[in-house]
Amino acid sequence: MKKDRLSRRDVGKILVGGVAATYAGGLAYPIVRYLSSPPGVEEGGDVNEVTLETPASYAPGSGLLFRFGRKPALLLRRPDGAFVALMATCQHLGCTVRYEQDKDRIFCACHGGVYDSATGRNTGGPPPRPLERLEVDAAGERVVVRRPGAGEAPKG
Amino acid sequence: MTEDQKTTLPGLEEERGLVPAILRYLDTRIGLAEFLSILRKKEVPIHRHTIWYYVGGITLFFFVMQLLTGFLLLVYYQPTAPHESVQAIVSQVEFGWLVRSVHSWSANLMVAAAFCHMFSVFFMRAYHHHRDLLWYSGITLLMLAFGLGFTGYALPGDEVAYFATKIGLDVANATPGFGKPIANLLRGGEEITTATYQRLFALHAAVLPVLFMPLLMLHLWLVQRHGSHVPDDVDPQTVRTVPFFPKFFLNELIVWLLCLNLLTVLAAIFPWDHGHAADVLRPAPVGIHPEWYYMAQFQLLKFMPATLFGIPGELVGMGLFSAAAGLWVLVPLFDRGPRRARRVVYGGYAAIVGLLVLTLWGYAGL
Repeated sequence: MKKDRLSRRDVGKILVGGVAATYAGGLAYPIVRYLSSPPGVEEGGDVNEVTLETPASYAPGSGLLFRFGRKPALLLRRPDGAFVALMATCQHLGCTVRYEQDKDRIFCACHGGVYDSATGRNTGGPPPRPLERLEVDAAGERVVVRRPGAGEAPKG
Repeated sequence: MTEDQKTTLPGLEEERGLVPAILRYLDTRIGLAEFLSILRKKEVPIHRHTIWYYVGGITLFFFVMQLLTGFLLLVYYQPTAPHESVQAIVSQVEFGWLVRSVHSWSANLMVAAAFCHMFSVFFMRAYHHHRDLLWYSGITLLMLAFGLGFTGYALPGDEVAYFATKIGLDVANATPGFGKPIANLLRGGEEITTATYQRLFALHAAVLPVLFMPLLMLHLWLVQRHGSHVPDDVDPQTVRTVPFFPKFFLNELIVWLLCLNLLTVLAAIFPWDHGHAADVLRPAPVGIHPEWYYMAQFQLLKFMPATLFGIPGELVGMGLFSAAAGLWVLVPLFDRGPRRARRVVYGGYAAIVGLLVLTLWGYAGL
């Protein structure tokens, strides 16, 4: 005989499966929501612009790590006096890079990534991309560093 | 096919498909069939007292819920900011109030189920026939559960938690001999400070669970090994039995599902309270009292006079309670022969009446 209707057993299976799935979902939903809602605000928010006071005193050929929102950034002063600002997160696996004054290069100690200190271009080691560049606006005693394309942030 | 690739799982030798393949894999490596045969070997007797066989499993269910919700609370709880972090859990984290409420409710239901389990074992005198280690390990598990309850009650850092912890540690302080050093060790000094929360947290979330788990495994293994005890008024020769696995186990699953429903409803309709932050400059709130399972001891200490026959009252109270508890624990040694059996049962009634009277008296006096 051709079986064209749900048997009693099939209906039972569907009901039990449905109840089990409802329970599983009812338990999983609050747990997932619980785990994905940490209380409190994270330190530092999204920023597009940071103003650094008196970096003019930094000698040419020096490097300064500073906080750009939640992430570290690097301000370099070239021997000719010009400023270069780069995000300090290595493009390989996210370690914080360092400026090596004696070799005039940016180096990541984790896996030996090397970047050009004038441009942030990746010149050696595993990094696949140049460091993210930031725009620098040096005026008098302060240096304004901003995300490219962020423009003048409205004051206030 | 070599000899060790063959499975002994019945009905799975030739079956196709992923699940039989996985079962065959596990069986040939870790001996799934042997494990199942241990579970299948146990037969659960079916008689008018069978309902009590479920209570141990219910206790186990609530313990598992404690583990799961405890893991979740570990994600956000901070012993260095006890009150603030619990406040954040119940007010800012989504479903945090529910997780916290389930943890508190399940803790109480677990202790309640453990008490029922213990008394049912006691009155059925199920600690005989080499089952005495089940009794001793069960009592030790209950003591550890009391420890988990005491340390866990302190962790929210609200007023009630603060004073309950203070009283509990001061009781330990008053115990002659090692009482004072032990209390100071738990407190991390003479007063309750952040160091205290850090220590009680370490006990609650690491030390006590790690002691609990292997003892629980031993307890469960002994149940499987010795099987369910048949009470004296049931004839073991004629009693009907069902295999523990899968028949009785499936029944237990249904009971656990009912427990889960009860727990969720209680936790959602009566969310656990989180009081004011503890403040040393505020007097103890009126009606302060410990969890219900410490109420009998609490009341005993409360109605004892300052001195009794020249001995400090709280020492007399603690001494009486410890002596009764000691007798209770050692009942397998005492209970030999039918005449003593009757005395044991009367002793059990006396214990229940005593605990109930002290507890209700304690609540009436709030």
